[in-house]
Amino acid sequence: MIGYLLRRGGTMIVTLAIISALVFFIIKLPPGDFLTNQISELRAQGESASVAKAEFLIKQYGLDLPVWQQYLVWIGAWPGPNGFSGLLEGDWGWSFEFDRPVTEVVGDALWLTLLINLVVVVFVHLVSIPIAIYSATRQYSVGDYVATFIGYIGLATPSFLLALVLLYYTNRWFGVSIGGLYDANYSGQPWSWPKISSLMSHLVVPTIVIGLGGTAAMIRRMRANLLDELGKQYFVTARAKGMTPVRALLKYPFRMSLNPFIADIGNLLPHLISGSVLVSLVLSLPTVGPILLSALKSQDQFLAGFILMFVAVLTVVGMLVSDLLLAWLDPRIRLSAR
Amino acid sequence: MNVPLLTVRDLSVEIATDTGTFRAVDGLNFTIPRGKTVAVVGESGSGKSVTAQAIMRILPKVARISSGSILFDDPADRHPPLDVAALDGTSERMRQVRGGRIAMIFQEPMTSLSPLHTVGDQVTEALKIHAKVDDAAAQARAVEVFERVGFPDPKRALVTYPFELSGGLRQRAMIAMALITRPALLVADEPTTALDVTTQAQILDLIRELQADTGMSVLLITHDLGVVANMADEVVVMYRGQVMESGERDEIFRRPRHAYLKALIQAVPRFAMEPGERLTPLRAVKTHATVGTRPATVSPPRNVLDVRSITKSYTLRSGWFSGKLREIRAVDDVSLSLRCGQTLGLVGESGCGKTTVSKMISRAIKPDSGQIHFDDGSGPRDVHRLDGSALTAYRRAVQFVFQDPFSSLNPRMTVYEILTEPLRIHNIGTSDERFARAKDLLDMVGLDRRSLRRYPHSFSGGQRQRLGIARALALEPQVLLCDEPVSALDVSVQAQVLNLLKDLQSALGLSYLFVSHNLAVVDYVADTIAVMCRGHIVEQASAAALFRNPAHPYTSALLAAVPYPDPERPLDFGKLRSGRFSNPAAWPEPYRLAEGDPGVMTDIAPDHRVRMMSTDLARAA
Repeated sequence: MIGYLLRRGGTMIVTLAIISALVFFIIKLPPGDFLTNQISELRAQGESASVAKAEFLIKQYGLDLPVWQQYLVWIGAWPGPNGFSGLLEGDWGWSFEFDRPVTEVVGDALWLTLLINLVVVVFVHLVSIPIAIYSATRQYSVGDYVATFIGYIGLATPSFLLALVLLYYTNRWFGVSIGGLYDANYSGQPWSWPKISSLMSHLVVPTIVIGLGGTAAMIRRMRANLLDELGKQYFVTARAKGMTPVRALLKYPFRMSLNPFIADIGNLLPHLISGSVLVSLVLSLPTVGPILLSALKSQDQFLAGFILMFVAVLTVVGMLVSDLLLAWLDPRIRLSAR
Repeated sequence: MNVPLLTVRDLSVEIATDTGTFRAVDGLNFTIPRGKTVAVVGESGSGKSVTAQAIMRILPKVARISSGSILFDDPADRHPPLDVAALDGTSERMRQVRGGRIAMIFQEPMTSLSPLHTVGDQVTEALKIHAKVDDAAAQARAVEVFERVGFPDPKRALVTYPFELSGGLRQRAMIAMALITRPALLVADEPTTALDVTTQAQILDLIRELQADTGMSVLLITHDLGVVANMADEVVVMYRGQVMESGERDEIFRRPRHAYLKALIQAVPRFAMEPGERLTPLRAVKTHATVGTRPATVSPPRNVLDVRSITKSYTLRSGWFSGKLREIRAVDDVSLSLRCGQTLGLVGESGCGKTTVSKMISRAIKPDSGQIHFDDGSGPRDVHRLDGSALTAYRRAVQFVFQDPFSSLNPRMTVYEILTEPLRIHNIGTSDERFARAKDLLDMVGLDRRSLRRYPHSFSGGQRQRLGIARALALEPQVLLCDEPVSALDVSVQAQVLNLLKDLQSALGLSYLFVSHNLAVVDYVADTIAVMCRGHIVEQASAAALFRNPAHPYTSALLAAVPYPDPERPLDFGKLRSGRFSNPAAWPEPYRLAEGDPGVMTDIAPDHRVRMMSTDLARAA
């Protein structure tokens, strides 16, 4: 077990190193960077004072170095102008666009993103699993068809469209503005109970909007998985023992049908960040998605690089978590020879 | 006390299908006396399993009991008999009966247990549903039952997962699960069909013993008349949902009255059949194997396949988290030869390496050492050194017939596509020629030419197996590797397919390697037989010699374990009880093989070779 974790840890580090290189070089692929673009713009306007500051920043962050050296400085494996100071040392870098450290730019947004998306994940599972069980056990019943129909609508509706529709109608009918994650007057305020409750009420609509597509997809997949498992012999055995149908269902076929979803956790975590960009823009939610988008557009390299690396770490860790969970849940993986 | 335990009266079960309702069980009447075993015999589709499901009230959703009653007179219950058929299938009362008073075991021990839960969990659960017991008491009872059903280490069984057990032990676990509640009736649906003969004998023995211990009744559902002759007190013969004949076992076997039962008995291969005697299938199939075949040239006898001491080992990692390696010798120094135009039978229990041998012959896997020589008349050549066009020719000359006719045909391809795919792969003929060839192939295996546009699902098991044979014949091969070709089929269909294989052989001059665990079947088709155990060939002789005087203890154990469809010749359960016959270290001298001693093949008669312990070891002993 310990040997396995060490092996996995090793491959994770290698994977992250490769991803970081890819991320950095792809961000650097377009000609120029945020500062050189800005300098040429400033020169055109004749603002020499700002130009001096920008040139100072170029020196400060070693943007005049060759790309491979910039990369090593960024991850902290090469002494930059300020010595070793990169991701490995916990220095996330400077956002040129916001003119603040990356930590401050991302800060709250990162945690709010995680929060909103975790809520979405919980919502998706809580809603879809019971519906899927209902649909699978009563295949081809009226209820099954209704659930299937709603599911297809959920799959087919673009979430940003739904967001716009809800935005308009909640405002028109209830006079509530559902944009943002809390009332505007709480922004910049320290966390307090009223602020949290405002956050809660603002979470409802984004959760439904972001989660609807996932819920529909999950109902379909869960239903199909369950239907496969319901036909298996061990479920007949369980019923032949005299178990109540509900208990037999939950203990045997349901547990078997969970496997693919646990295997999916690794994909779920990065999706938390990138999945809700459009909705966040429409509902003006302060999540990382829009920040990443603008950082990529303006070639704000440290900010974009950090967010992408964060997603990569989440992915790799998610994969490990799902593998460990699978081994824990499924003795065949844990015990049987390959 | 002569009130029957279970009385089935005018029972009808209807199954809704796309083409309307169909009566799977049609006015069925029979009784199960207390403490006795009643066997329900019939082909697949005769409604015998549906009857069992109706008694348990676990019918699939599309099926419903349309009329009749199932009266269950529980000896532990003073109330008047309970009509199971009238109860709601999911009601509290029915659930008490199901699993508690009537328990069931199934055919497939591999899939009947959940792979995610320990055997202990699944067995104790059965008890906890029906009795108010705490975990400790339930586990204690489970250990008792595990011990009774013959688990080598009953305590360990509690924390063992089903996939860690052999098929026989899984079936024992199923029996433990059924019996932990001490039911009055055990419904056994084909309990031994998926098991090896020796394991089958042990499981049957166990069911008999447990019946004697507990006085329960057994409803045994099977298509194997040999099992019936050994187990049943009374027999019910079913055909198309109706009882054809029923009565005492001896009466049924001695004086079968109904034509269907007579035919069923005729269709089973027996030992000591007259040379040239044919099985009579229930529904004979005509083949026209003369169409488009090459003339059977008379040539001097030669070995079309010569296998020279091939060996194959596998290394197993014993667990996901541990790095321990184990080496398994799947095939150890196996030599075989297949005469042109003849059949070589390869017999052994599951896991003995017989399928690995056939895979090495087909070049699906490579042996670690040894050679396989193939001779198409132009001289022997090493199969694993072939390349280019010689390899393509070899691939054409050697074809496979698989065990499972359901999974070996692609359900999304029509019969025409299935039959012509080999021709397309090898780029043979124009599409018109392929079409003609496909029609010829259907003629050869006795299927209707009009079936070309149909899909496999619309054929029965026997018809599908004939399709599999037709596909194998498409490239005009010289050798067919038949891996358990009839073990998934009913006796009636089995006779049909065996006869077809024999007819094709004489018409086309084919050579067969026939892999099977069923000795009677091998006896019927094979000219020479090799018996395999733990990767070794232990005995090799002509079919007649091997069955007349088997020399090796393993061969005799296999022979002793085959149930005869004849009450006069019961199984000698006592002899089979020890269960150590597949352990080379436990064989009596001079056959004992110590750890690491491969033994040597010794001639004991012309064309009769037996593996014995190495001579130097024998001398030392």
